Amino acid sequence: MFAYIVRRILYAIPILIGVNLITFILFFMVNSPDDMARAQLGAKQVTPELIQSWKEDKGYDKPLFINSEAGGVSTVTNTLFVQESLKLFSFNFGFSDANRDIGSDIKERMVPSLAIALPTFMIALITNISLALLLVLFRGSALDTSMMIIAVMIMSVSGLFYIIAGQVLFSKIWHWVPISGYESGWSGIKFIILPVMIGVFAGIGSGVRWYRSIFLEQINQDYVRTARAKGLSELRVLFGHVLRNGMLPILTGVVVVIPTLFMGSLIMESFFGIPGLGSYTIDAINSQDFAIVKAMVFLGSVLYIVGLILTDISYTLFDPRVKLS
Amino acid sequence: MNIKLLKILLLLCMTINAYAGVWNSPHDTKKVKTETLFSSFSLPPKRLDPVVSYSSNEWAIIGQIYEPPLQYNYLKRPYELEPLTLTKMPTISYLDKEGNRVDESSTEVVFSEYRLDLRKDVRYQDHPSFVKDSEGRLVYGVLTENELETIHSLDDLKKTATRLLVASDYAYAIKRMAVRQNHSPILDSMQEYIVGLEEFSKEISKIAKEKKKSEQTLDLCPYTISGVKVIDDHTLTIKIKGRYPQFLYWLSMNFFAPIPWEADLFYQQRGLIAKNLTLNWFPVGTGAYYLAENNPNKQMRLVVNPNYHSENYPTLSKEESERSNVPKELLKDAGKKLPFIKEIIYSLEKENIPLWNKFLQGYYDASGISSEAFDQAVQITSTGNMGLSDEMQEKGIELKGSVQPSSFYLAFNMVDPVVGGYSESAKKLRQAISIVQNQEEYISIFTNERGIAAQGPIPPGIFGHEKGKEGTDSVIYDWVEGKRVRKSLVVAKKLLAEAGYPNGVSEKTGNPLKLYYDTTATGPDDRSLMDWRRKQFDKLGIQLVIRATDYNRFQDKVRKGKAQLFSWGWNADYPDPENFLFLLYGGNAAVNTNGAGINSSNYQNPEFDRLFDEIKTMKNSPLRMKKIKEMVEIAREDTPWIWGIHPKSLALSHKWYTNVLPHAMANNTLKYKRIDAKLRAQKQQEWNQPVLWPLFLLALFMISMSYPLYRAYQSRQRAVIKGDN
Repeated sequence: MFAYIVRRILYAIPILIGVNLITFILFFMVNSPDDMARAQLGAKQVTPELIQSWKEDKGYDKPLFINSEAGGVSTVTNTLFVQESLKLFSFNFGFSDANRDIGSDIKERMVPSLAIALPTFMIALITNISLALLLVLFRGSALDTSMMIIAVMIMSVSGLFYIIAGQVLFSKIWHWVPISGYESGWSGIKFIILPVMIGVFAGIGSGVRWYRSIFLEQINQDYVRTARAKGLSELRVLFGHVLRNGMLPILTGVVVVIPTLFMGSLIMESFFGIPGLGSYTIDAINSQDFAIVKAMVFLGSVLYIVGLILTDISYTLFDPRVKLS
Repeated sequence: MNIKLLKILLLLCMTINAYAGVWNSPHDTKKVKTETLFSSFSLPPKRLDPVVSYSSNEWAIIGQIYEPPLQYNYLKRPYELEPLTLTKMPTISYLDKEGNRVDESSTEVVFSEYRLDLRKDVRYQDHPSFVKDSEGRLVYGVLTENELETIHSLDDLKKTATRLLVASDYAYAIKRMAVRQNHSPILDSMQEYIVGLEEFSKEISKIAKEKKKSEQTLDLCPYTISGVKVIDDHTLTIKIKGRYPQFLYWLSMNFFAPIPWEADLFYQQRGLIAKNLTLNWFPVGTGAYYLAENNPNKQMRLVVNPNYHSENYPTLSKEESERSNVPKELLKDAGKKLPFIKEIIYSLEKENIPLWNKFLQGYYDASGISSEAFDQAVQITSTGNMGLSDEMQEKGIELKGSVQPSSFYLAFNMVDPVVGGYSESAKKLRQAISIVQNQEEYISIFTNERGIAAQGPIPPGIFGHEKGKEGTDSVIYDWVEGKRVRKSLVVAKKLLAEAGYPNGVSEKTGNPLKLYYDTTATGPDDRSLMDWRRKQFDKLGIQLVIRATDYNRFQDKVRKGKAQLFSWGWNADYPDPENFLFLLYGGNAAVNTNGAGINSSNYQNPEFDRLFDEIKTMKNSPLRMKKIKEMVEIAREDTPWIWGIHPKSLALSHKWYTNVLPHAMANNTLKYKRIDAKLRAQKQQEWNQPVLWPLFLLALFMISMSYPLYRAYQSRQRAVIKGDN
């Protein structure tokens, strides 16, 4: 397995270089360093001298890919792409264009993102699986049909609606929880309840339908019949056997998501005033802060690759037939 | 059993309710009961460095922390400067080429020298950078690796100290401005005025570059600017090239706030920079407040500066208060010691809906009015007056409005071959187009009456703005029975025909006139505005083509003079007509200055330019007024802009938040305001009692569902056993 993981990590290097290259090309197709300087320096009193000094200070005075003025290896190495990319691979994200240490900012923002994303993920997973098993238990009944209709209805409505409706209902009308805000520690629980509740509810439709279809595939298998023949109760059959055998397809979709939980949710964090990573990239794109954009794209790619590797590893844990070689 | 459970639940809810008060408060309940102002920010400030910051959201914070030499009087209108850290207003001496004093009116004036006499009781906030050991060395001047490991915030440095403000701190700030690597936006314009600044900037920027390369700190103390002299600890002179009366306004801005050299050196330590502990994020000032917490991603907290010098709430004479039209309740605190509010908490609120609802719940003390909330907050009477809705009045909310010293306009590119130029036909084309742009309709539809139709470049409240008939643009309006009436479509069509485009068709080519409007308004919400724009041009038979583009491309086109028509705006830096008229000065034309000029319509009229050169150094006087009037008339005749609007800002505040007076120029106004914390806590309790019946309903539903579900499960189990699955 170790050799497999090392091989996968080595495969990741060209992928990350490629992602980084595409980020550079796309960003600089839309924004020139002069535009970036203007975005940082404001709209008033921006002279060519000021723009030039800003570019020199931030290193944007260098050519993007080829430095024809530098001779030898420097033609390639003394460029914006190589200088900035090398730092990324050592996880040195450098400073944002507003002079903040990006690594510190990411660390700081990751915690609030996780404070929302992790409980939402866990509660949603448990709720969706439990509800799906319940529907499988009552499959074909009026309960099953009506729940499926409700699930489709929940899926059909935009997540933004649940956020606004939740804020109005639970905070504005019933005054149960704060409408938005964030605190670290135990005192912050009151701020987390509503976004987590909404996050779980908004995902219930698609989650329940997906898990239900997985469990329905299992319910008529021979091993289920055998379990029943042994006299096991339906609940034990479902939670003890069907759930375990249904874990493989569930893992495919779930484990890959776990590392990306760090990246947060843009809309949820915006509406609930949560200082997480969700809006970090979008804010950086709006303010043309390339240092943050490339760091976040790189981090997102790394986390996604980690997620895929974890998925492969988890297969071996749940299915002894799978071997990583 | 169920009834017993219900009773327990009811008791539990009542207990929680009795002890917790309100459940939905986002604030610390103890702080709500103190004189703390709760406010918000939607966009985190990019920087809090006084020589760099130039945005209103940045000035709103640093204006409370740093103290430039001058400030605006909070109550007086028109806006008036007064000393802040000075004992009196700067004394200005006029000098000839040799440096000899001459009379102000002399033609030999080559320099003006501003003498600043500092107060002797102004101290900085407590800060670790000031701490010295018994031998006078800075304790935290050079932090070791071991020390840095334990430092994550400034609070980790246990010792703090303060010191008196001295004249060299102001000189140090100007020297910091001169360092190119600090990217001060006003360096290039100040180089034109402050003697020796340009030479100094070149020299010090080279040194700064070398120091940065070798990772050394840059101490600016040993260097001097020839035009900035520290006479003694409390006296400073600044020598200006020629006359520049607007320099006093610059002295009220944060760019000229003092910087203690100890703080600058302290924050240059690389170990602190890596932890985001920089002067950019943790200011050190003498102001009424200091920044106790700075998390731009979440919350910023200002706390009253215990070392703040004595300052009292302004006192106005009867005549002054009548002239300034100040409400009586704003004069109650006259002569009382400032500041009143002890702490200010700014929380990040990116979306309008939560912000608005929190304001209505009493959790924010003041709020702007977003377009979504406008109808809920404001009602417009049949006479066109704006007032609060009944819901707002019931809550005791107050509405404050003022016209901003800003101008938004639609510019013609004067170097464009179709709409530009100074020929009679070109002028008439622009005048015809201006007449049909119904700004009053625009204000009504798109701004909820939050603005007034402009008659020229100078907004109300600025010297040179005129009201009534005198202030009416006679090219666009007629004065009928004491009112402005926009000229008719017939007049516009006549002008258009005289311009060579009868009914919008070119006499030369026979083709319909097609004009291009560049805009960044690309969202679905902007569609109605663009339709309205097209409709205005359509009145004359002119086809308007909307060229939507991103902001970068748009700016690029405007700078290069490639856009034909575009919308633009300007907010005043200081309350002087020069700050608006320079937008039309030929020397500032974008095409003449490689895109750096502020005159984006590229207007260039020699007579206008000549008059501008005269008025820019004049003091306000009837003669200056006369010349400004002439300039405005020239611009009206040439019509390089379609005068747009001067926006009105509206703000709401709860009745416990008092001494609130809109001031478009001053940034340090929080020290004058008051909070009645007792009333606020009482109202928050009253407005936010939790509604409990849905909880009981939910519990009831769950209990009532559990039994049928249990029965259904049993029946399912039996069916499975029977093999009926």
